[in-house]
Amino acid sequence: MKVKMLSRNPDHYVRETKLDLQRVPRNYDPALHPFEVPREYTRALNAVKLERVFAKPFLTSLDGHRDGVNCMAKHPKSLSTVLSGACDGEVRIWNLTKRECIRTLQAHEGFVRGMCAHFCGTSFFTVGDDKTVKQWKMDGPEYGEEEEPLHTILGKTVYTGIDHHWKKDIFATCGQQVDIWDEQRTSPICSMTWGLDSISSVKFNPIETNILGSCASDRNIVLYDMRQATPLKKVILDMRTNTLCWNPMEAFIFTAANEDYNLYTFDMRSLDEPVKVHVDHVSAVLDVDYSPTGKEFVSASFDKSIRIFPIDRIHSREVYHTKRMQHVISVKWTSDSKYILCGSDEMNIRLWKANASEKLGVLTSREKAALNYNQKLKEKFKYHPQISRIARHRHLPKTIYSQIKEQRIMKEARQRKEMNRIKHSKPGSIPFVPEKKKHIVAVVK
Amino acid sequence: MKGKAPEESSLLALNQQEEVVDLLKDYPLSASEDEEDNDGERKHQKLLETIGRLDGKNRQRLAERSEASLQVSEFSVSTEGTGEKLELAELLAPIKPSSSLGTVKKRLKKVKNKKTVELPLSKEENERIHREAAYNKTSQDMDKWDPVVLKNRRAAQLVFPLEQEQVLDAPIEEVLGAWKARTPLEQEIFNLLHKNKQPLTDPLLTPVEKASLKAMSLEEAKQRRAELQKARALQSYYEAKARRQKKIKSKKFHKVLKKRKAKEVLKQFEKLQKVNPTAALEELEKMEKARMEERMSLKHQNSGKWAKSKAIMAKYDLEARKAMQEQLTKNKELTQKLQVPSDSEHDEDAEEDSTLIPDIVNEVQMSIDGPNPWMQKNRGINTQASHIQKKPVAGEESEPEEEEKAGAEEDALLQEVEERRSLWKGSEVNQGSQKQGLRTKAPKRTEEDKEVLAELRTLSKHINKKAKKVRQVGKQHVSPAPAAPKEPSVQREEQSLLDERPERVQTMEDIESLGMEEVSQEQKQLRPGAERRRQRRQQHNHPEQRSPPKVKQEPMIDLHTIITVKTHKANSSLSFPTIVDEEDCDEEVTQKQIIKEAFAGDDVIADFQKEKCEADKASKPKDIDLSLPGWGQWGGPGLVISARKRRRFLIKAPKATPRKDKCLPNVVISEKRNIQAAAHQVNVLPFPFTHQYQFEETIKTPVGTTWNTQRAFQKLTAPRVVTKPGHIIEPIKEKDVESSSSHLGPPTLQRKAQQHAHHRRRRLKKAP
Repeated sequence: MKVKMLSRNPDHYVRETKLDLQRVPRNYDPALHPFEVPREYTRALNAVKLERVFAKPFLTSLDGHRDGVNCMAKHPKSLSTVLSGACDGEVRIWNLTKRECIRTLQAHEGFVRGMCAHFCGTSFFTVGDDKTVKQWKMDGPEYGEEEEPLHTILGKTVYTGIDHHWKKDIFATCGQQVDIWDEQRTSPICSMTWGLDSISSVKFNPIETNILGSCASDRNIVLYDMRQATPLKKVILDMRTNTLCWNPMEAFIFTAANEDYNLYTFDMRSLDEPVKVHVDHVSAVLDVDYSPTGKEFVSASFDKSIRIFPIDRIHSREVYHTKRMQHVISVKWTSDSKYILCGSDEMNIRLWKANASEKLGVLTSREKAALNYNQKLKEKFKYHPQISRIARHRHLPKTIYSQIKEQRIMKEARQRKEMNRIKHSKPGSIPFVPEKKKHIVAVVK
Repeated sequence: MKGKAPEESSLLALNQQEEVVDLLKDYPLSASEDEEDNDGERKHQKLLETIGRLDGKNRQRLAERSEASLQVSEFSVSTEGTGEKLELAELLAPIKPSSSLGTVKKRLKKVKNKKTVELPLSKEENERIHREAAYNKTSQDMDKWDPVVLKNRRAAQLVFPLEQEQVLDAPIEEVLGAWKARTPLEQEIFNLLHKNKQPLTDPLLTPVEKASLKAMSLEEAKQRRAELQKARALQSYYEAKARRQKKIKSKKFHKVLKKRKAKEVLKQFEKLQKVNPTAALEELEKMEKARMEERMSLKHQNSGKWAKSKAIMAKYDLEARKAMQEQLTKNKELTQKLQVPSDSEHDEDAEEDSTLIPDIVNEVQMSIDGPNPWMQKNRGINTQASHIQKKPVAGEESEPEEEEKAGAEEDALLQEVEERRSLWKGSEVNQGSQKQGLRTKAPKRTEEDKEVLAELRTLSKHINKKAKKVRQVGKQHVSPAPAAPKEPSVQREEQSLLDERPERVQTMEDIESLGMEEVSQEQKQLRPGAERRRQRRQQHNHPEQRSPPKVKQEPMIDLHTIITVKTHKANSSLSFPTIVDEEDCDEEVTQKQIIKEAFAGDDVIADFQKEKCEADKASKPKDIDLSLPGWGQWGGPGLVISARKRRRFLIKAPKATPRKDKCLPNVVISEKRNIQAAAHQVNVLPFPFTHQYQFEETIKTPVGTTWNTQRAFQKLTAPRVVTKPGHIIEPIKEKDVESSSSHLGPPTLQRKAQQHAHHRRRRLKKAP
């Protein structure tokens, strides 16, 4: 009788060390693993369900302010430090890992209108209703020393906003005009105006650091160039823009938070039409901040919610709200792109995860692989109705929900009316205006 | 107030009077009147003009000059009343052409030719232009970011932070630069270090180390390293060789080895004699002592128990005979008196040494008896050696080479080689000198070589013929030898060996005797692989030569058999699965039978067929019969609707599309829409896809590890954006533009290079 023996090369199944993973031989013949689509579909469904189960974005609220939080600033060098200014002129510095306030100082009388940190993280600036610009040390005063600003500049008018240059010792304030200051001097290097108006916010471009953007209460957004000491262009929108924020990865892109519930993403080179109009808020948008990856931004609204938008999407991918959170005045995306901070009317600063269902802490490689796989599956099957339905589902407070409904009805009515008007008038007499262009009143050179 | 009223009125009157006076003073000519006059004149003028125009002819308008003084106002020069502009030429006309004013005139003419400077723009417009220019400039500047932004938007994966910060391995001295010794212990330690000239802060090396570095240059070090490496490699080779040799079980091999070693010892002894006579003497004494011991003892004399038993067996057993022979030779070897050989006699001594072994006896035995693998091997080597001899080298020059090659071989074997060589030499001489020349010229297997080989073959044939005669005679001599392998026979063998010596005389007898040997060898041959291959090659080289000697035909046949075996093997291996299949089939058949027996009652297959048929029928659209009984004809029980009418009112169903399971015998595919499944299906083609199949393709390709290798899985599931927790992501930098615009390569690579350069610079800075 012939005996057939199996003989294998030990190299194929013996581990080199006992710490190595066991080699699992596997036959990838598709005939042996049938039903790949249904199986992956089930996995995707499970993944998307789990994502919703684990979507607990709220981490903590930092309380301590005795008035609404009007402005916030990120520490440029430390991820765990954040600064906030309240409506009673108090500035607090928070430690996020400990979730506590590490320093409190009475910076101004009246509102702290704006604050920003020096790019090297040694000091920060505040402007207030008391017509002063103050520079403070980031570290607290040593024992026995009094809490005093490093410098104080007394101005003639109220400053409503401040931003620091990303590379030089220069900062810009806004009020009746945009002033550019050298840190060493008590008078501005140059001030730029274009018409008489109160400018609500000014922001330096983080990439092309000589370019500034500002928005004023006569509904316009103005761009400036520091090198040429002139304004560049002005675009007038339907309603007032509250703030704007530059994309940190795309030099010419900025997003403006508008009173008409929308956000407008502009390309600096063609202001006559925004790149995208981001809708979804049901009240004035008060603040906006980009993710440091430049792929998303977060907006804070008067409707007591914050929303996260991908830059190339009209609608938001996420909405955060809590029962106790009132009108959100300021919002910041932390520099590691993992968290979102929002300061609201009811004196609290809230810390959220940027990705609602993300697991915090160190992940093992297998966990990472599983998460990546789940993410990929969700992406792959996102058009399937069950999966998209679960992935889209969000809970909203009743007020916002009903307002959204109302807004939708109003919008539909408006559209219907317009369509009717076009239908019943001479062809070509009523031009079709695309949605993007509707909100632009004029571009002034 | 009322009392004052008359006074006031008088005052008013006075005032009025004064005013009038004032007026008279201020305007000596009443302006209003004058203007009126002027108006009148103008009107008159206009009237005249219009009348003039009515004429139809273009009358030359006469320029009227009025007094300028009247029209001078303090604000501007009015040209009222004048129909024309004042020309410069007119002013210049009355000036007489004089030399002094000529230049002035020319200048004035030049001025006249120049255009007037336009008014400066208003402030607003000016600013606007500035703004526009600035905007254009900055937006053009921004264009440089386009490729970067586009690249990042399209990137399959982006890893943040973009600029990976590398960990700088700063030396400890740098880190502890600010640190100072404070406690007495620390100070003491520092003192010690200072005393020993240990590096404290900047220089990393001690002075001694530096000196040593200086002492050896890089090249030297490299050279030395190479040498060491070579030495180590050689050592390892030798070790491996020694290990291999140690493992060899062959007694003969070890015997030969021992012999060689003894020879070496002898050589060394010779050397010692020259260099250190006293040591040599000692050695000599040792050897002498060993010899004496051997002579004294009865060892190796074939007188022991074992030897006696062997002697009994010797008649029948070849092995026993051989063993006895060995004993004797050993004895002889040991009892041989040591002679200090002189240089001139060296060769002979060597030959004598070799003659100590009576291998001629062995050889004869071999020729008679069956093949011994070990001996065969040696023989093969010998023949090989002879072949080698055949080829390139001629005469005396080949000797050392031959020796080298056979260095690993035994001396006895060497002797055989010697014999062969002599044979070839003889043949060469016979053939003539021209072939020698050929051989020297052709070291490789060329055409010449082939010729030589062919000639050699013919020559060997020739020799064989002659040898046959001698062999018959020789047999008589040899045949008794195996029967009595004792002292006298050995002596005879010695003689025969001695006979071979004078081969250089090149007599015919010598050649004949040698030829006989050759033939005897060739006849018994079954050559080992290497030889066979050689021959095969030869045959390939000479396909036209169909008449090789008989001996060489044998291996050719062997070769064929090998090939057939091989092919047979291959065939068998190929046919293997089919055989297995057959077996399997048999098994299957039996299994089927078993199943049939077990399920004899219920015919599952037929049931399935039926079911499928039904499903097929059910899915087919049916004809609709609209004919009504009793409509247009008599109706009632038992009456049948006519075929014509039925045909008329029958609506034929359209032909059904072929079922999906038409070609699948064992499947029923339901083509009905599954409502429960539909809830999970996409019913509209999503946006980025333009065709259904594109979307289906993306869904079909699986991602998981169940269907993909680990590597593919990792690639497929790589996230779009990767961020590191706890790392600050800075905004993109100007550097990135430069790197992407200069097409040197991927930015990461460049960045690395930059970092490297930076690092080097730091080092350089630190060095002095």
